[in-house]
Amino acid sequence: MTRFVLRRIGLALITLFLLSVLVFIGTQLLPGDVGRRVLGPFATQEAVDDLNARLGTDRALIVQYGDWIGGAVQGDLGDSISFSRPVSELLGRALRNSAKLAVVAFVIVVPLGVFGGIMAALRRGKPTDRLITVGGLSATVIPEFVSGIVLIIVFAVWLDWFPGTATPPPDSSFITQLHHLILPAIPLVLVLFGYISRITRAGVIEALESDYVRTATLKGLPRPTVIRREVLRNALLPTIAVVASQVGYLIGGLVVVEVLFNYQGIGRLLFDAAQKADFPLLAGGVLVVGAAFQISMLLADVAYSLLNPRIRVGGKA
Amino acid sequence: MVTTTDQLLTVENLGIEYKVGTEWKKAVRDVSFSIGSGESLGLVGESGCGKTTVAMAIMHYLPRNGRVSEGSIQLAGREIGELSASELRRMRVNQVSMVYQDPGKSLNPSIRIGRQVADVFELMEVPKDEWDGRVIDILRKVQIADPERVVRRYPHQLSGGMLQRVVIAMAIASEPELLVLDEPTTGLDATVEAEVLDLISNLRAETGTSVLFISHSLAVIRKMCDRVGVLYAGRLLAEGPAEAIFTDPRHPYTVGLLRSLPTGELSRNEAQLDTIPGTLPPLGAEIQGCIYADRCPIVQDVCREEEPDLVALDGNRFSRCFFPERAPDLPRVVAPDPPVRQRSEETLLDISATSKTFEQEGSPVFALKDVDLSIRIGETVALVGESGSGKSTLAKVILGIHVPDEGAVIQLGEDVLHDSLHSRSGEEIRSVQMVFQNPDSALNRRHSVRRIIGRAVQRLRGLGRRGSHDRARDLLSEVRMGHQHLTAKPSHLSGGLKQRVAIARAFAGSPALVVLDEPTSALDVSVQAAIINLLAELQAEENVAYLFISHDLNVVRYVADRVAVMYLGRLMEVGTAERIFRGPHHPYSEALLSAAPDREEGTRIRLKGEIPAASDPPPGCSFQTRCHRKIGEICETVEPPLTEAEPGYSIRCHIPIDELAALQQLVPQE
Ligand SMILES: Nc1ncnc2c1ncn2[C@@H]1O[C@H](COP(=O)(O)OP(=O)(O)OP(=O)(O)O)[C@@H](O)[C@H]1O
Ligand SMILES: [Mg+2]
Repeated sequence: MTRFVLRRIGLALITLFLLSVLVFIGTQLLPGDVGRRVLGPFATQEAVDDLNARLGTDRALIVQYGDWIGGAVQGDLGDSISFSRPVSELLGRALRNSAKLAVVAFVIVVPLGVFGGIMAALRRGKPTDRLITVGGLSATVIPEFVSGIVLIIVFAVWLDWFPGTATPPPDSSFITQLHHLILPAIPLVLVLFGYISRITRAGVIEALESDYVRTATLKGLPRPTVIRREVLRNALLPTIAVVASQVGYLIGGLVVVEVLFNYQGIGRLLFDAAQKADFPLLAGGVLVVGAAFQISMLLADVAYSLLNPRIRVGGKA
Repeated sequence: MVTTTDQLLTVENLGIEYKVGTEWKKAVRDVSFSIGSGESLGLVGESGCGKTTVAMAIMHYLPRNGRVSEGSIQLAGREIGELSASELRRMRVNQVSMVYQDPGKSLNPSIRIGRQVADVFELMEVPKDEWDGRVIDILRKVQIADPERVVRRYPHQLSGGMLQRVVIAMAIASEPELLVLDEPTTGLDATVEAEVLDLISNLRAETGTSVLFISHSLAVIRKMCDRVGVLYAGRLLAEGPAEAIFTDPRHPYTVGLLRSLPTGELSRNEAQLDTIPGTLPPLGAEIQGCIYADRCPIVQDVCREEEPDLVALDGNRFSRCFFPERAPDLPRVVAPDPPVRQRSEETLLDISATSKTFEQEGSPVFALKDVDLSIRIGETVALVGESGSGKSTLAKVILGIHVPDEGAVIQLGEDVLHDSLHSRSGEEIRSVQMVFQNPDSALNRRHSVRRIIGRAVQRLRGLGRRGSHDRARDLLSEVRMGHQHLTAKPSHLSGGLKQRVAIARAFAGSPALVVLDEPTSALDVSVQAAIINLLAELQAEENVAYLFISHDLNVVRYVADRVAVMYLGRLMEVGTAERIFRGPHHPYSEALLSAAPDREEGTRIRLKGEIPAASDPPPGCSFQTRCHRKIGEICETVEPPLTEAEPGYSIRCHIPIDELAALQQLVPQE
């Protein structure tokens, strides 16, 4: 088990390393040198050289990379060009904001999706099942900007139940913050509900048709016990993995939602960085997002193996 | 059939349907039988004839798309379909239990064994403080050696044989009146199968439980049952006392099944096996007249017009045939004359002092140890031994999939030792081919038969597209398949046809040696017979050698020229088939042979414990921990060498061959 976790961490580190190389090369491979790209075509060569020297972008690539990654490990990702502030500070604040939004979305969608999936599986082929499956699927294909705009128009503009922006006034209470975050969370919930309920449904159905559920039923165990102990325990395992893997989607979804609801999160920040050609911010942001993704996958794997004796207890003893 | 009130289970005119697409199709029709208390009834029949369907209807656990469309099932006088949910539950707790195939899947993977067994006592309302003791007792009763340890295990930590014992323990814990067993030993080793069957017989003798025993193995049914019903396409074709059904069958189908089995001393050099032509009609087919008419060698006009009733014959037997008296003299379908073979003494492949060790979680696993074996041109060598004995590893070394650590594999005089598959020459790859047990996983389901065989031809023969298609067509007729199958996908073919395609593919490059890994064990007996005949014909035509891996000793005896017995990666005994089966035997082979279900009662040798892990072989002779003929310390300290005790016969044992003969009470050879 420890070995498994260690190996998993090792793999995550290797992935992150490769990601860092890719990101670094990506920001370097664009045409022209960094100084020229920042200052534009009409700046004098001297000014460009000067900026390059200040940014350190006149050195060999490998040295630059070493410098960057060395700093990154210590939490220093350089300075943002457009905001003239340390990248790590900007990212830290944005990450906190995004995490709040993501947590609100997950807290709503995970119980809902799992419950919906279980109900659909238990009522397979019946109207409940169709409603959940078809409804979930339709919700998944609605792009966030469409559902987002509709939500803003209906609930913020017409009904005025929720604020139209996700950013609460500074120092707001928990309730106020929550009030601001519910509306932006809904487009994410709509998309994720379909995925999570579908995976849950498939897992529950597979377990229901398994030989061990047959054994349990033919032993004479009451149906609720069979469902709770035999079906759910084994069926929810794959769901955990899926929920974690949706963190990747979430980041893409966040960009749209955060821009739409004018919210200072990581998606919004990356969006701005890309628009303004702010390379240190962009590179640092992608790296941090990659790390967040790896950590959530790692946690999912650990949770999965804690629940799965096949991994927890190992082979034949 | 008369149904009296003292019957425990009465099934009358049972019809069962499955919904496929939007249509209900009949899978079982008009099946009637009954089981008296303490009686055991067997159901036999080819795959898909409805055995499991009947069993599941009795348990009231048909698949979601299945339903009982007519008839009645009564257990102890109560109609099963009319029970309320809680009555049904009570019935499952107290009166009827079931055990089925694949014990690895029938226990919950995430709950400890002890807890799963304790459920039964909880449901029986045994006081909680007695559960632990009762669990240990019942596990001991099914001969689990160390129950205190086993209860703390998870299913994946136990072997298949152990798991099946646990499942049986759960089934008998409540002392049910009826035990339904659906292929409880299919997929287990012969030695384990024999033990599980013994266990069931003993428990039955002790508790007087009635049994419904389902199997496609005629030998197992014969051993376990008082009465037998023969099912075909969802219909009962014959029913009667087991002895009578097997020794004096009165239905052409029963006769056909029995003739397909290689039994006794028969060798393929003496006669071909008879088979049943054709295949089972598809699910729900509406057939006028006798359902078996299309495959029956004595079919008459009347058979196609009306369906015969299940008529009573003498000796409490029933047969659904107009001409039951003609069944014993059924004409053969396959001419008995075996194909003429060319035999050669020239060695094709020589394996000497070959070992293979794998690494598993840091510790070595000795999969092959010091193996010497040669295969001659055009010869069939059979490899037998329990699962985990290294048969497949040896096959893979020969195929070049594994590279041995030491020793040499010499093929036609050329040393191919440190050659992995990639560095072997085209000629070497072409000359050794393989056919697997399960054709489903071996054939690409998306490709047509033409493409599957054609590609092998292109790869092995270097032929172009056109040439390869012509050759594919030829190969298909060589495996006796029609050209109409060229465009079919494997998923549309029956198991036997798929295996023929796999064989055709193996023969695409005119190989010198084909490794056959359990090629017939997933097939019905009639299909098995046809495949075995086909392999014999191909061998005679192409002078190819076979390495035939099988656990069915009757099949081995029939097909093999020579036999090699493996245990824990070592060869224990090698000799001609005739010699290996005649004896004197290696103690391990003796035990293996005695485990076959068609052996006489009471002659079985019980092996102690389970096969040791290959990562932790015992010191001295690898078989000493389980050997019933162990002579003393020498067995525990010194590993005996494989020595040539007689010309062409080698054995790895400390006991001299004449002493073995005396121990095994055989007349010594002159
Ligand atoms: N859930 C199902 N839906 C549709 N058809 C089914 C279903 N289960 C079984 N069948 C069909 O019903 C027939 C009888 O199947 P059944 O499993 O009872 O046969 P069997 O005698 O137990 O075969 P085997 O020896 O392979 O276990 C077959 O034609 C099979 O394809
Ligand atoms: Mg079956």
